[in-house]
Parts: sequence; C-alpha cells; structure tokens
Amino acid sequence: MSTQTHTLTHLQALEAEAIHVMREVAAEREKPVLLFSGGKDSIVLVRLAEKAFRPGKFPFPLMHIDTGHNFPEVLEFRDKMVERLGERLVVASVQESIDKGRVVEETGPRASRNRLQTTTLLDALAEHGFDAAFGGARRDEERARAKERILSFRDDFGGWDPKAQRPELWNIYNTRVRRGENVRAFPLSNWTELDVWQYIQDEEIEVPAIYLAHERAVFRRDGMLYADSEFIARDERDSDPFTASVRYRTVGDISCTGAVASTAATLDEVVAEIAATDVTERGETRADDRVSESAMEDRKVAGYF
Amino acid sequence: MPTLLRLATAGSVDDGKSTLIGRLLHDSKAILADQYADLNGRDGEMDLSRLTDGLKAEREQGITIDVAYRYFATPTRDFILADTPGHVQYTRNMVTGASTADVAIVLIDARHGVVEQTKRHAFIASLLGIPHLVVAVNKMDLVGYSEERFDEIVRDFCAFRGHLSSPDIAYIPISALEGDNVVDRSEHMGWYVGEPLLRHLEAIDPADDRNLDDLRFPVQLVIRSEGNDFRGYAGQVASGVVRPGDRVKVLPSGVESTVASIETLTGELEEAFPPQSVTIRLADDVDASRGDVLVSADGAPVPTRELEADVCWFADRPLRPGSRYLLKHLTHTAEAVVDAILDVVDVASLERGPAPAELGLNDIGRIRLRTRRPIIADPYKRNRVTGAFILIDEATNDTVAGGMVAG
Repeated sequence: MSTQTHTLTHLQALEAEAIHVMREVAAEREKPVLLFSGGKDSIVLVRLAEKAFRPGKFPFPLMHIDTGHNFPEVLEFRDKMVERLGERLVVASVQESIDKGRVVEETGPRASRNRLQTTTLLDALAEHGFDAAFGGARRDEERARAKERILSFRDDFGGWDPKAQRPELWNIYNTRVRRGENVRAFPLSNWTELDVWQYIQDEEIEVPAIYLAHERAVFRRDGMLYADSEFIARDERDSDPFTASVRYRTVGDISCTGAVASTAATLDEVVAEIAATDVTERGETRADDRVSESAMEDRKVAGYF
Repeated sequence: MPTLLRLATAGSVDDGKSTLIGRLLHDSKAILADQYADLNGRDGEMDLSRLTDGLKAEREQGITIDVAYRYFATPTRDFILADTPGHVQYTRNMVTGASTADVAIVLIDARHGVVEQTKRHAFIASLLGIPHLVVAVNKMDLVGYSEERFDEIVRDFCAFRGHLSSPDIAYIPISALEGDNVVDRSEHMGWYVGEPLLRHLEAIDPADDRNLDDLRFPVQLVIRSEGNDFRGYAGQVASGVVRPGDRVKVLPSGVESTVASIETLTGELEEAFPPQSVTIRLADDVDASRGDVLVSADGAPVPTRELEADVCWFADRPLRPGSRYLLKHLTHTAEAVVDAILDVVDVASLERGPAPAELGLNDIGRIRLRTRRPIIADPYKRNRVTGAFILIDEATNDTVAGGMVAG
C-alpha cells in the first residue's frame, strides 16, 4: 500500500470488499452461519471473519457438512483450527441423513455422496433456523458461478432461480428474506484461485497438508488421480493403485475429488504451479462437474452451495 | 504489486463483444485448456460466447441475460470484467454490472455505426458515474480499416456527448477478430495515434477517481470484546481519509469526538482511505451504532429527509407517486415515500420528457422522495458511495430501483 497515492493492491481491495460483505450480512441477518469444509477457500473465509469481527466473537458458528468420506488430515486440521479460534462448530452429517431415511445412498461403480449433501445442508439450515450462509464459492470456478450474485437469494426449497436474480448495485446488499428463505453470501466471489493462494502465502495462513505435495497411493480413473481409499470402489476401467507424488487443488468428498501429480511441497512452489497451469481446478479435480455441461447450474437450482 | 480495475462491457453478440472478451482473455492467457475444449458447441464450431453465457437459458436462446464476471491479469493490473447484457429487457442486469465499474467499454459495429443501443449504453454508463468510457469501434477490418468511417462514427457519437457526464472518453478503432489495437498496435491503421485498448486500460488509475476530500465512514456494526472495554466502530471508508487525532462528528446526532485509533487484525493504521474496511475507536464514550455516519467535525453535511434522485426502475409493477418503499443507503434502511415523479428520460434522444404518471420497467427518471429518518447523503456526482441507494419493495423483498442523488 502506498500512502502517497492512497492505492490498494488488488488483494487488499478484494479483502476490503469481502470484509464489508461479511459485516453487512452479519449485521442484517438474524442467524447466519459460515460453511466450513476445511478447503482453502473456507479457510480464507475464516481469516476474513477474524479480520471483520476481532477482537469480538464471530456473530455466527461454523458448520461443516460432513459427507463421512473425509481426508483424515482435513478433519484434524478442522478441529485444531476451531480450538484455536474458540468459536462454535456445528457438524451436519450426510450419514445421519442416510440413517434417518432423508436420502438414499447411491450405489454402483461411480457412487458419490456429493449430491446427497444438498439435502443435509438444507435440513441443517432449517433445523438450526439459519437464514444466511457464508460460502467460499468463487465466480472463476465455473460458468454458472460466474453468473451468481455475491448475495444469492434462495427460496423456501433452497433453490436458486438464475433468471430472477436480484439486481445488486454498488456495495449495497439487499439481505431481506422471508421466514423459511435464506441467502447464500459469497464474499470471495471476485477472487480467483491464484488470488486465494497468494493471499494464503501473504498472510501465512496454515492449510491442510494435502494441499502440498506428498506421497500417496492413488489410481487413475478417466484421466484423473484418486486416492486409494476405503470410500472408493475401484472397477475394471480403473488402473491398479500406485504410489505417486501428488497434491490436491480442491478439498471435497474423497470419492469425487482428484489429486494432481506434483512435487510442489511449499506454498511458493504451489503458487508458481497454479500461475502456470493450463487447466481449471474444477476441470482437473472435480468429477461432479464433468457429468453434463450444466452440472453446476442444475445442482445450484436444487439448493447446492 | 498489481492494482484492481473493474471493467464493464455492454453490447450484443452481434457487436463482437464475445469476440473482444475472448481476445482479451486469450491474449492474457486467462482461458485454460479445458475451457477451450468446452467452447465447442454441439455442432463442433468454436463459439466464444460460451465463455460468458453461462446459463442454460442463455445458451439455448443465444443471448446474454445476466452479468457474467471474468477475470484476467497483466503484470501491472488485475481486471474484473463484468460482461453485461445489451438488450433493453435486461437493463437491470446491465446496471448491476455497471454500478461498480471504473471503466465502461461501449462497442460499436463499424458497419452500422451509432445506433439507439449505443446511446442507451453510453447514457447508463454516464448516469452511473463510471469515470472512464471507451468507445471501441469494432470490425474495422470489415470497413477496410477506413479512417473516414471511424471519424464519421466519432462525430456521430460526439453529437450527443453533451448528454453524457463522463469526464474521460476515448475512441479506439479495433478488430477484435483480427486482434487490431486490442493488445498490440494495428499494422492496418497507421492513422490511429492513440494506444491499443489494453494499454489504454492499464494506464487508467482508479485511485484518481476516489473522493479523498469528504470523510464519510458509515458504521456497519459495533465491535466489543469480552473481558475488556474494547468498543470499536466497524465499517468501510466511503470517502475521505481518516487519521488518529481527527475531530469527527457522529451523524445524524451531531455528537463530536476524536479518533483514538484505527484498528485492524494485524495492527493499528496511521490512516484509512476508501475502500478500506477497518475498525475505528473514538476517544469518548459516545452513542453511535449501525446506520450512523462518522464525518469530519468541520464541513459536515446536513442530514436530510427530502431528496431528488434519478432512478432506474427494475420491477414489473410501475412506480407511482405516493408509493412507499424501504430505502437502503450506506448501512441504514429507512422507510421512504415517493412524493413525485419529475421527469423520464427518452433513451432514443437522451432528452428528459415531462413528468409521466408512472415509471415502468427499465425506465429512468427523476423522482422526489421523503424518508422517515434523516439520511446523510451527497450528490452522486460528488460521491459515488454516499450518493447511491436502492429501493426495496417490503411486500416482495425485491430490489425495485437503483437511485442516484441529484445535485
């Protein structure tokens, strides 16, 4: 920052915008919640919440939608972080939704709990009466997200109507909802993947170890590398497991999140790799977006983040 | 470190808007391999509009309905590009994208010249106070890179220049398809002495456009800490510069105090300026809360309950005199009543017509409002943050208008 010209760097400008969004939603909604996955974007959200509300407490709890198919490193990271913050964590479990009969576990060779977590999320929002949910989604992730407002209004079925979005002018946010409805707030809307990594680097923010290169038993499926894990059944189209140096670009349900071959073991090396990559993070690592050309839009209409 | 510049483009697919955006993203290496593969439609033809038309309905109908945000960077600049729909039916979405822009790019097809849509786009950009306007005359390759044709279009544009308040307008002849004057200087238009589009955008400094004179700090919330007596006012600096020791006044109450410190998570600041988000502590225990505004003790604005403003109307149900709405301005939401509609803008001629009985969807006009609680506003021309507001219909919770305080 130059005090002579009163100019912010692009990351400082993005940070100021995100803090403003978080404070605005927290001030106007009765019961917000911050969706925390343990992924890099939600970790940055937590840092921004500290910037927005410290030395006070967060005016909301964190909530983890737990698919039950977690990377153990991520769960460990989550619990350590919550303890350091001294904030409340709510865990909403997909396994419980299955046990209660709210959803039916997918079966078959390419089964995943990705779709099921929408029901768990909507049930948890209703159960706790949350009327606003912060998420770490970014517009550069996917073309349906490129169209979404920073404040995304959801009807009483949790659904998104892409053709009837509220106009969103200046930095004035209309947070009003009726009972049963909620808003999703995306303070990182204008950040790119590279912005997130540069911010993590600048701010020296700790991330789960799986984001850095490590040796792991993996197998190849549809050109992507998956962890050899009890949660994924391999079939005849998959390769045999082998050990490789990999890192993760996204953290999601272990059964639909791919790793990338990499030797980038430090944040500096990761940032250099991201800056030079020629594939998007969702294209490279998320099986759930490869289903159809409007896979993300369809899930959002149904209530997904 | 790179700085941020927010762009808005307006136009239709026919103007070559998608091609221009594709060119900017391509030449700055912001399109990645899997996105390229995805640009081939069902017929296998490369279709750049698929980059920004992200909704199913848009791809089905071949039109842009809502704003798409795209990101690209050069070594000195990070760009946020809001690609807005050009069609009058989606004006509210264009206004959404334009409201935060530092620069608006209005595209003209060199073969067709200035059309009604050109005027509407330029007018909306001007109304929203976008400080820099770029008139990009595209498809120059299809008019033989003719200087005469370019001059003719610039003359036609200048004919309604008087209706635009934009302080800076640049005219650039380009061919997005061939890459002329987009990133690199065209070899076909030696007669053009200005910069190519991207170089022109890199040279604009949005910091020059901020109001650093009038301190306005809307309080978003009060931050307290358990176990000690910390009490701070959290907010984003709307305008002006604030430093510890400054005498400030809390409006609308008028109580005065002194800035004790400017706090952030990582330490205290010597000053804060727009658009920083900070927490301000005052030396005295004053009564201030969300909705109040901290201003300089000398030269403070006068809170008002009556104002005139230009509004863009977004709702199907028309605006009529006597209607009541919620007015959200800075961090305060006030009940408001529309006393009168004063005029309506004819977007074909850009002339203001006599007071109509109502304002319909996508109409732009001036109204007179009264609010229940006083608001601390400045003319939009002087302050793009404190001069802006939205109207909300309390029955539907819809945002029904964007407003800009006149004066």
